[in-house]
Amino acid sequence: MSEAVLKVENLRVRFDRGGRRVQAVNGLTYQLRAGRTLAIIGESGSGKTVSSRALMGLLPATATVTGSARLDGVELVGMPEDEMRHHRGADIAMVFQDPTRSLNPTMRVGTQITEAIRAHSPVEPAAAKRRALELLSLVRIADPHRRFHEYPHQLSGGMRQRVMIAIALSSDPKVLIADEATTALDVTTQAQIMELLAELRSRLGTAIILISHDLGLAASYADDVIVMYAGRAVEYAPTRILFAQMRMPYTRALLDAIPRLERASHTRLPVTPGQPPDLIALPPGCTFEPRCARAQPECRDSRPPFVEHEIGHWWACWYPCKDGEPL
Amino acid sequence: MTALLEVRNVVHEFTVRGVGGLKGGTVHAVSDVSFDLDTGETLGVVGETGSGKSTLARCVVQAPHPKSGSVRFQGTELVGLRGRRLGRARRQMQMVFQDPYGSLNPRWRVTDIVEEPLIGYGDGDAGSRRRRVRDLLDMVGLNPDVYGRRRPRELSGGQCQRVAIARAIALHPALVVCDEPVSSLDVLIQAQVLNLLEQLRTELGLSYLFISHDLALVKQVSDRVAVMHLGQLCEVGPAEALYRSPRHPYTVDLLASVPSLDPNRPPATERAVASGEPPSPMAPPSGCRFRTRCPRAQDLCAAQRPLLRELGPGHLVACHFPEPVEEESGPPTVTGGRARAVA
Repeated sequence: MSEAVLKVENLRVRFDRGGRRVQAVNGLTYQLRAGRTLAIIGESGSGKTVSSRALMGLLPATATVTGSARLDGVELVGMPEDEMRHHRGADIAMVFQDPTRSLNPTMRVGTQITEAIRAHSPVEPAAAKRRALELLSLVRIADPHRRFHEYPHQLSGGMRQRVMIAIALSSDPKVLIADEATTALDVTTQAQIMELLAELRSRLGTAIILISHDLGLAASYADDVIVMYAGRAVEYAPTRILFAQMRMPYTRALLDAIPRLERASHTRLPVTPGQPPDLIALPPGCTFEPRCARAQPECRDSRPPFVEHEIGHWWACWYPCKDGEPL
Repeated sequence: MTALLEVRNVVHEFTVRGVGGLKGGTVHAVSDVSFDLDTGETLGVVGETGSGKSTLARCVVQAPHPKSGSVRFQGTELVGLRGRRLGRARRQMQMVFQDPYGSLNPRWRVTDIVEEPLIGYGDGDAGSRRRRVRDLLDMVGLNPDVYGRRRPRELSGGQCQRVAIARAIALHPALVVCDEPVSSLDVLIQAQVLNLLEQLRTELGLSYLFISHDLALVKQVSDRVAVMHLGQLCEVGPAEALYRSPRHPYTVDLLASVPSLDPNRPPATERAVASGEPPSPMAPPSGCRFRTRCPRAQDLCAAQRPLLRELGPGHLVACHFPEPVEEESGPPTVTGGRARAVA
């Protein structure tokens, strides 16, 4: 088993805004090995995006990041910005949801890729161009010589996302974070981009963090899954184990609420009442307790620890689901 | 019996301006679309970005009027009607939009938002309107004493969408056109709103024209499903039959691309992944608009546009060379489109 390229330990992110203190990420721990795909799944406000932006040093000044995130032994938390600049985009790169807004509309695609290449390695313009064309072929853009000279608006959404992936890969990063990278794309384009990421991962050995709200993406494309709720990891397991032996009632509720192709029309979806808790005033016990069908009185008072209950399978619940048992 | 809604040969196009304000081209958003919708029935329209599904929804409610074609609602032709006569004719047709914040006036209180259509159509006096607003908020699961005085930004996305639904059902509509009504909501909230729409449908006998890009979601709410591709319907049929044995190659690819919730099933098929980029709606291919991405395409597909024809009970397919029907094996354990699409 290879050594982890990324070790995140007890990562916390807090936002202080006008006297209000929002605990967006509340102690997140995980490891990522080379060539693996980890999915971080959660709803809006679960902390999935904030936690990965913290790794990239991309949070605003109102954020306080504590804990540890070591990339190949180098501590990223607390790293000064001028030093971070050498790692961001080089060792750890990110692809965002909206490729239209991530690309400069007034610059040719090729220029944007060569600029990214030359930002991290001092190569001649001709060599950078050769590398850019290679990258465009690598992300399977047809006719790279033509696309090199085009502007982003001349490309489709799927192609723009391929360009973003080419830019992210320009410096052979160890870790690639895809933050809802296919959410804005159509389902057929999404399948194409996901297949591309899987192929690049096995060819280049890049580790991938897949941030998404979609459990289906995790089931189809991830090796391991972390489920986050209200700033905390609540379940963590290899994908097959997670879907075969789901323990955390929240994960179960999430899976049950997704409309499925195999479900009959007009059937009532299992409903979880209420809304996620306010991150300004988190309850002392389990944060999912007010909405949980399995909750008992003690869930309100004491928070279940996030520990490895079975080999490789972590969860935070006093009354976990048993195999095959409904909520 | 006449249908509640009869849409015939609806066409809508947009002119795009090119460099310097010159005419750049024409987007063929909706090209000759026809369908019926019966009272109490839900028709789901599913399609990818740029397929024209939202434009079709808007053409149905005459905002904007379609360029040509006919939309008959409750027996009255809507195309060509203007002003008050149009307002009267489509009183029983309402719409719910995707963005719950953008579709509600941010400065109004919840009660004002729900009451407005009642005032607009001169429904009752102030007292009866207030009672009706309270009833409506109760129906969508919002306590009027707690939420009535709030403004949209003091509500969550799901609550905003409940307000939009309360407003839509205020005038006892027969048809509610829903354009991606739950796409911006998180999964657990989405399930709550879907169940609410389902409950209102049975309680009030509503019909929905339900637009979405999400195939599983459309199946969940629909009696019949129409698959839209580049401005045209390529397959229409009963939800169960269409998902069990899709006959149009595009429907097969769509179903094969949905990520499965079962990690033991292989992800999307090679064929779906290889299907390439959709053509531009500004220059759709001749004949069948799917032929450039279709593994079954032949010369005929470029020469002649396939029209919808009935291949099963109520199952219409616009394809010269439809997919064969899969043999049923064992009990109907439908496993999504993926397994079948490999065949």
